[in-house]
Amino acid sequence: MHFTASSHFNTVVTTICYVRLMGDHAFGDRIAGAPRLTGPQPVDGTNATVNPAVEVAPLLRSKGSQTADTVFYLAMLACGLTVLALVGVILYQLITKSDLSWHSFGWRFFFSSEWDPVNDKFGALPFIYGTIVSSLVAMILAVPLAIGVAVFITEMSPPWLRGPLAFVTELLAAIPSVIYGLWAIFVLVPLLRLYVQPWLAHRFGWTGLFGGPMYGIGMLAAGIILAVMVVPIISSITREVMTAVPRQQREAVLALGATRWEMIRTGVLRNARAGILGGIILGLGRALGETMAVTMVIGNRPEIAKSLFAPGYTMASVIANEFSEATGNIYLSSLVEVGLALFIVTVIVNVLAQLLVWTVTRGTPARANG
Amino acid sequence: MASSAVLSQDFVNAPVSLRRKAVNSLVTGAAIAAVILVLLPLCAVFGYLLYKGVGSINWAFLTKTPQPPGESGGGMANAMAGSVLILTIGSLIGIPLGIGAGIYLAEYGRGRLRDFIRFTADVLNGVPSIIIGIVAYGLVVLTQGHFSALAGGVALAIMMIPTITRTSEEMLLLVPVSVREASYALGVSRWRTTLSITLRTATSGVITGIMLAFARVAGETAPLLFTAFGNQFWNWKLSQPTAALPLQIYTYAISPYDDWHRQAWAGALVLIVLIVAAVSAVRIAVGRGMLKGSN
Repeated sequence: MHFTASSHFNTVVTTICYVRLMGDHAFGDRIAGAPRLTGPQPVDGTNATVNPAVEVAPLLRSKGSQTADTVFYLAMLACGLTVLALVGVILYQLITKSDLSWHSFGWRFFFSSEWDPVNDKFGALPFIYGTIVSSLVAMILAVPLAIGVAVFITEMSPPWLRGPLAFVTELLAAIPSVIYGLWAIFVLVPLLRLYVQPWLAHRFGWTGLFGGPMYGIGMLAAGIILAVMVVPIISSITREVMTAVPRQQREAVLALGATRWEMIRTGVLRNARAGILGGIILGLGRALGETMAVTMVIGNRPEIAKSLFAPGYTMASVIANEFSEATGNIYLSSLVEVGLALFIVTVIVNVLAQLLVWTVTRGTPARANG
Repeated sequence: MASSAVLSQDFVNAPVSLRRKAVNSLVTGAAIAAVILVLLPLCAVFGYLLYKGVGSINWAFLTKTPQPPGESGGGMANAMAGSVLILTIGSLIGIPLGIGAGIYLAEYGRGRLRDFIRFTADVLNGVPSIIIGIVAYGLVVLTQGHFSALAGGVALAIMMIPTITRTSEEMLLLVPVSVREASYALGVSRWRTTLSITLRTATSGVITGIMLAFARVAGETAPLLFTAFGNQFWNWKLSQPTAALPLQIYTYAISPYDDWHRQAWAGALVLIVLIVAAVSAVRIAVGRGMLKGSN
């Protein structure tokens, strides 16, 4: 039996290679969870008597192959570490570039509402306020809608409608942010100005939330467009965790005589609540960091106003608008510090959301991310 | 489950009262209303895009560069080319790194390091795109000394990596261990097995992940604002500021000129069509087995 390097490796399986593979530590670990191979019992690698007639062994474990394996492993490890490095680089860039602002203003930066590039006075409070309020409006509008959609798709919809509906709601997530912004400027804002805002001012003007001049653009417009953008995120995760609730749970509740809604409420939603909360928080993370659509309709004025009709400004928008024309180091540095704050908040929010979703979907197949 | 005690009190022996039936129908109605309310903006966006966009696309729009502000005419040809350029750079950097990291997680990673990388990829996925822009600005623009197509490409690559990593990992993990074992048993080395057996089996899933990442970054505007920056003229140099379709749509949408608004709609339609075309072209290619290794 003679093998040359050109002869193909998949022509023969010898006992030798079986023994070698079982002795291979990495391979052994790899199949730890799999059923053990049956067949010839593994011989202790060190005691295995290698048949000198079989010249296949050097071919299988030639030096070149081992080197290639190591090189490939190192390359893949490098790719994996790149992911870590990227987050490191993001943090490093944000921290070093915002150093100047941090040293000049300290914690005051986050509590001062003065944003005056001419006199080099910077405070991020209006942006923090704008980000929180626009995201809150978005969540108030989006959460009931998203859960309603998820409940309908998983529990009520006729089976033939389920796939198309899920696809269409996911499609909402695929529309680029700038196109939402474009649509909001030319369709949503006029609608708000002409119909919705007068009605709100008339009915709910007494709350103080819906007062002042009606421009159309402002916090309300930003909140609504954000809501449209986060609905698919919340509803797809809600759908996922609801699907993860075992079927027996539903059947058990129905068997007790519950109506369909009672079954959904007590059997499904109650069991999936941690995951649904995770989905909501994930949506919040998206809303906090969303830039373009918000920038196009929020009005971009660094003011804190009670009315939702008033223009505002968010952390992401101020970076988008002013970063490339920021003159002076401290101006630029302040903008980066806004970015750092946004980064830290979104990371915390995302981590929290992931943990909550994991508590529910653990044990079911992982979700395709994105 | 903890809720069983509550359940028995609630339902056992209680005939389905009118009130409970009413609540049930009410909620069903509410869920249907929610679906309609969510589909409404979707239809409105697509409807307007077609209504405003189709009429605005003409030969000049597809072949000319922008006119000076206020003058009508001109087009977005350079922006489309710029988008292709930036997306190509982004894909060239992002796809190999993403797949590599996915392979590491699925095939080699173990213990704490794997969990940490996986977790970091998820964190990276949630970082707002505008922040990626700041980072690419610091990494490339400041080093080069000016805005450039390369900086835009790097920003998009950073955004693609986590999505591709996680989808590739999940797709590779779906490949049965027995397939790998069969390959090992034939004496195939580990790296060959990973590339020609495992990755090849998972090809269509991995490509879906890539398309997902591609579609996501193709419409991104925020990370390009101060990296690619935009350009009124043709540019094919990596080191020069470059126009991009989303940037141009943004600039035109917030401008005060009617003709630019018209072109913004046309640009938006072209952008959506480009994204859908790119994604479906790859899907069809995968479906027909034109790409190596698909089923």
